[in-house]
Amino acid sequence: MRTRFQQGLEDLRTRLLRMGGLAEQAVDRACQAYIDRDLSRCQMVLDNESQINAAERDIDEQAFDLLAMQQPMAVDLRFILAVTKINSDLERVGDQAVNIAERVMDLAELPKVDLPVDIPRMAGAVSTMVRRALESFIEGKAELAQAVLEMDNVVDRMRDEAFMMLVKTMNDHPDMTRQSVDALLIARNLERVADHATNIAEDVIFWVRGADVRHNVQPDSAELTRRATEV
Amino acid sequence: MGVGIKVDTLNAWFGKTQALHDINMDVAANHATAVIGPSGCGKSTFVRCLNRMHETVPEARVTGRVRMGELDVYNGTAAVQIRRRIGMVFQKPNPFPTMSIYDNVAAGLKLNGFHNRHTLDEIVERSLKLSALWDEVKDSLRKKSGASLSGGQQQRLCIARALAVEPQVLLMDEPCSALDPISTGKIEELIFQLKENFTIVIVTHNMQQASRVAEYTGFFLMGRLIEFDRTEKIFTTPSDKRTEDYITGRFG
Repeated sequence: MRTRFQQGLEDLRTRLLRMGGLAEQAVDRACQAYIDRDLSRCQMVLDNESQINAAERDIDEQAFDLLAMQQPMAVDLRFILAVTKINSDLERVGDQAVNIAERVMDLAELPKVDLPVDIPRMAGAVSTMVRRALESFIEGKAELAQAVLEMDNVVDRMRDEAFMMLVKTMNDHPDMTRQSVDALLIARNLERVADHATNIAEDVIFWVRGADVRHNVQPDSAELTRRATEV
Repeated sequence: MGVGIKVDTLNAWFGKTQALHDINMDVAANHATAVIGPSGCGKSTFVRCLNRMHETVPEARVTGRVRMGELDVYNGTAAVQIRRRIGMVFQKPNPFPTMSIYDNVAAGLKLNGFHNRHTLDEIVERSLKLSALWDEVKDSLRKKSGASLSGGQQQRLCIARALAVEPQVLLMDEPCSALDPISTGKIEELIFQLKENFTIVIVTHNMQQASRVAEYTGFFLMGRLIEFDRTEKIFTTPSDKRTEDYITGRFG
């Protein structure tokens, strides 16, 4: 047993989970800030972005060291590759949270209007996707990750609906254009977060099953069966 | 050109101890096949069965079938004839210490009755070029003994000696384990080039080496072939948990 190497992998896993927690928290705070028009939460999202960025650098550095020094193979190699990609996705999730917070700060300066879009519902679906993607990573379960992939279409539809409704609002009520644009951008940012959660889920499936399911390419079913009980 | 090797239900014993159990493997012609596994798993016994060296051990015996191209290795073919067609390189370079470089390479040919000087000169040069040693020794072929070369050069000399009798298959039993990284790199590069003309089976403890040089890899454990597949499959997504545990260092 390569104890030191296994400890290195466990440490990498812990760091990624910590970073996942920060990214998930940033999205939740930004969405809550939207609901409450809470500028202090927006500021927290902005302030915490540097922590996420620092975590991204640390994780990449550690993964790079493990690749160079330990020459990992098979499931360990797949794990480290998955971690580096998830790391990048989580950093982008943090960026999207910042974008949402900035839109909320802009909205807070404008008169409050009723927009025909359910951002909290969309935010709830996106948060669930991020949380489940991270759970699939924690538990090393491809089935959980698969469920995340299936949720992506739901969020895409919400974004499309929001787009149509908000464009109509801008046409019908030009005085609500700025608020509509902010809401539209928030919906777009949330849909991007969902895309990153989908990427994370795909990377978990790659790690656990050794199957590349990106871009809707389904792996050979016999291959999936062989890998299903492993890890 | 190299030929393929078809191993069918191969079993091997040392006295009453069974070292190999029902091995089936198709070794592809003109490719390198790596054999990996923990110490005592039977990988060296396996390659020694391919050229009938296993039977040189007292009380050792073999059942099953090995076909090398059209040749039935264990049925109707003399062991000497088999070994002429299957060259072997060992872990520790073993040049004949008192012979010159030239005579080391020519030794197998002379034993087989080749004495034409012009032909011998040609084959020695060709073999040393094939083993990427020619440029380093061409000016001292008859002046220097094989033992005067560095470890890496000695191993390439042994490869040249094996190639001189024009085998179709080259077996290598941990050929780089006693060599430094530079010499190892040269041997690995050589293996890559030799595949054009020979079929290569390499036993190695070094999994990075297997992944660098071989298109196919077989994982042995306790005398059984656990998994045999394309090398990239074995080292990225092996099908058997035991293979994965071994190559990731979780046991062995």
